[in-house]
Amino acid sequence: MTRSRLGRLVLPLVLPAALIALWWWTSSSSTTFFFPPLSRIVKSLEDDWLFEQVGTDLVPSLTRFTVGYVLAVASGISLGVLIGLAPRVRRASLPVIEFLRSIPPPLMLPFVLVVIGIGDNSKIALIVLGAVWPVLLNTVDGVRGVDPLMLDVARSFGLGRATRIRRVMLPAASPKIVAGMRTALSIGLILMIISEMVASSNGLGFRVLSAQRSFDSPGTYAGVIVIGVVGLVVNFGFLVVEARIMRWHRGARRVEM
Amino acid sequence: MPVSVRRQAEAIVLPVLGVAAALAAFEVAPRVGILPRAAFPPVSESARALWDLIATGDLWSPLFDTLDSWVRAMIIATLIGVPLGLAIGASRWGRLLTGLTIDFLRPIPSVALIPILVLVYGTSPTLKVTLAVFGATFPLVFQAMYGMTDVDPVAKDTARAFGMGPLTRLGRVVLPSCAPYLATGLRISASIALILVVTGEYVVGLPGLGREVLVAQSSAAYDRMYALIMAAGILGVAVNLAFMAVERRVLFWHPSQREAAA
Repeated sequence: MTRSRLGRLVLPLVLPAALIALWWWTSSSSTTFFFPPLSRIVKSLEDDWLFEQVGTDLVPSLTRFTVGYVLAVASGISLGVLIGLAPRVRRASLPVIEFLRSIPPPLMLPFVLVVIGIGDNSKIALIVLGAVWPVLLNTVDGVRGVDPLMLDVARSFGLGRATRIRRVMLPAASPKIVAGMRTALSIGLILMIISEMVASSNGLGFRVLSAQRSFDSPGTYAGVIVIGVVGLVVNFGFLVVEARIMRWHRGARRVEM
Repeated sequence: MPVSVRRQAEAIVLPVLGVAAALAAFEVAPRVGILPRAAFPPVSESARALWDLIATGDLWSPLFDTLDSWVRAMIIATLIGVPLGLAIGASRWGRLLTGLTIDFLRPIPSVALIPILVLVYGTSPTLKVTLAVFGATFPLVFQAMYGMTDVDPVAKDTARAFGMGPLTRLGRVVLPSCAPYLATGLRISASIALILVVTGEYVVGLPGLGREVLVAQSSAAYDRMYALIMAAGILGVAVNLAFMAVERRVLFWHPSQREAAA
């Protein structure tokens, strides 16, 4: 028993440790330009990202991401409820939504660049335009899938339309909505970085690309690692919040079974 | 039955109405100044530019470049992702050993790799294939893993009791049981791979639809730019529909499909 518990704790760490060790060892005497020693990457991480570029690049990136993501989620849920409530509107709008969603989101970038310009607003608009679809479509789906009995009960209890939406429909649709929000999270991160790579003077994407353009290979790797960590932290944060918000749902499920 | 006739009519008319309304909106908005006309021409002009691209044949070569990289990426991602996912899913130890590493790698936004790939590959088209492989492999690993975990143990034991060898069991029991998961994984990967191929083309300037968009953008040929973006959207829809159709055809026997059809 103790042996297997030890295994459960230690085993997951074996592979990452082995990979990092392998990377360190194979790169330690590397003179290849695009495969710099890990020690130099770590050095570059310390020099640039503790904490010199945190304020100048990380904070602007995350601010744009947060604003864009929140706007995408808010508009996705509200539009999704409106569309989901009206079956005819849904049938009429779905082909258009499916088409817009199928455009590779990075190709929305030229659109926002020429229409809005190269400021923060266009980067935020890009994140909204790319990340809104999974939230919107999942909300439509979730709203459609609400048990009609629940809605009837709520109506016969005399709850008004707004209350029914807020207290019955949205909670019932929330597992789907949350799933859409999770997909939107990675799309938003991708678009944050791309918008900064193409047209920006600060931000994570800008920093990595300019490191690459000045042939600073340890700096490039360091930037990519920082982006990876940001992705990890944002996803982990989302899971924590999700577990909190959706606790009632898991509890309800358990009782049902 | 008038009600069902009406419903059928609605099923055809409503989508057409929706598309028409959207087209009208994108036609009128730039004409009345809701969208800046200089930067967003009426949709009819972009549609004409798209027609020109098709008629002159200018579309085919970049489209071929994009599709070529996409197919390569899908083949490589499948060859890596499916066996890896099946192997990981086959044992508890496999899942324990790799779980944390995969969870760490997955949230890395794949486009972050572009600068490293430029260092390694320069401006070779291999860059976009590699980028797409990185992004498209994960869904396949996960779906294969879930599929493997979900194989009915009774079916596995029965096959073993009937004296089937491991290879026969893989072919006759495990893979058919995983098939719906793999099909979903392939469909997700196909869209991701397409997005990443086009992104690589647009950001780095590699031959394909993405670079054509970039060229049209920097020469301010906006009708052409939107025409190419539309073409990419149509390609995205086509890829998704094609994979769904294949899924339905190949998996017609599976309960998940029967349920969807009902």
